[in-house]
Amino acid sequence: MKISTLFKNGIIKENPVLVQLIGICSVLAITNTVENSLGMSAAVIAVLTLSNIVISLMRKFIPAKIRIPIFIVVIATFVTMVQMFMNAYAQPLYKSLGIFIPLIVVNCLILARAESFASKNGVFVSAMDGIAMGLGYSVAVVALGTVREILGSGSFLGMSLFGESFQPISLFVAPAGAFIVLGLLIGLFNAFVKKRITD
Amino acid sequence: MSLFAIMISSILVNNYVFARFLGICPFLGVSNKMETATGMGIAVTFVTTLASVITYIIQHAILNNLGLQYLQTIVFILVIASLVQFVELALKKISPGLYSAMGVYLPLITTNCMVLGVAILNIQEGFNLIQTTTNAVGASLGFFLALVLIAALREKMDIADIPESLAGFPITLIAAGLMSIAFAGFAGLV
Repeated sequence: MKISTLFKNGIIKENPVLVQLIGICSVLAITNTVENSLGMSAAVIAVLTLSNIVISLMRKFIPAKIRIPIFIVVIATFVTMVQMFMNAYAQPLYKSLGIFIPLIVVNCLILARAESFASKNGVFVSAMDGIAMGLGYSVAVVALGTVREILGSGSFLGMSLFGESFQPISLFVAPAGAFIVLGLLIGLFNAFVKKRITD
Repeated sequence: MSLFAIMISSILVNNYVFARFLGICPFLGVSNKMETATGMGIAVTFVTTLASVITYIIQHAILNNLGLQYLQTIVFILVIASLVQFVELALKKISPGLYSAMGVYLPLITTNCMVLGVAILNIQEGFNLIQTTTNAVGASLGFFLALVLIAALREKMDIADIPESLAGFPITLIAAGLMSIAFAGFAGLV
């Protein structure tokens, strides 16, 4: 399989958030600022790539019947490592992402890639697939975070954009804003991008 | 916090779907029909409550005593995964009727982030065993409520004329957003 197709699939054709709609919980919860979005993206890319590599290495020894529990333990191990790393080196980010770091374990995206890709393909390709899917997740999350932070707090990466007279629309940083902006984003993606690929 | 306050808070004020974004995957996946929504709701209530009680006991009896708190994520997810398997087997033997009602939804629950989320939040909030149980029941009832509400809406939306690119998940997300605004009205109740 060509590496470029992997990346095209991960970012556009099979984008985990915008097309497959898996792992939406963390997407909605942590996109209130761009900084949180970037932090979560880094965590997801790290866990996805590492777990894909390890599962691909073990794919010949894992008995088919108990593969899911084994995948979950591998993923949980990497999530715990990422969690401890963030707690040690990025305390503020660790605090603001909160419970959604341990919840990466149950992010369907990671289990889905383990099951449908890493357990059937070689190590290098699986690693690339992890990075590609992770990037697809990041693109969607950062786009959502940018819209929500600019409209909801009038800032980008914490820097104020419009001066003091700007009254931010707090709906967009509230939970309701997450649902609405993601719905519109997927709608836009369907209207402009998806049509072009299928044509 | 009183038990009543915990219950109201987890059902309405901090609804796990609309305010805390837990359990969104099944919320979008199985909410297209009223019937499946009810089945999933019952299964989730059962597993979340059981999982919260068991993880509470494990956290306080084993992990805290041995200083193994860092293993929390791994241990909890394993407990939940095996619990789901166990519940499935037990139900098949004991109550085939209930099994056929919620059997298909049970395997899906392992990756429902609400089960793990509620278990971890209970520990973080420092709840005791009774508060843990109350919070778990409240969280699942809140999830049930959200699921049934959105399923009722989606049955109506099926016959509505929706722009092609918004049909399906996008319009459901937008509807959920509007519902989340309504739920925000409960803020200040507790």
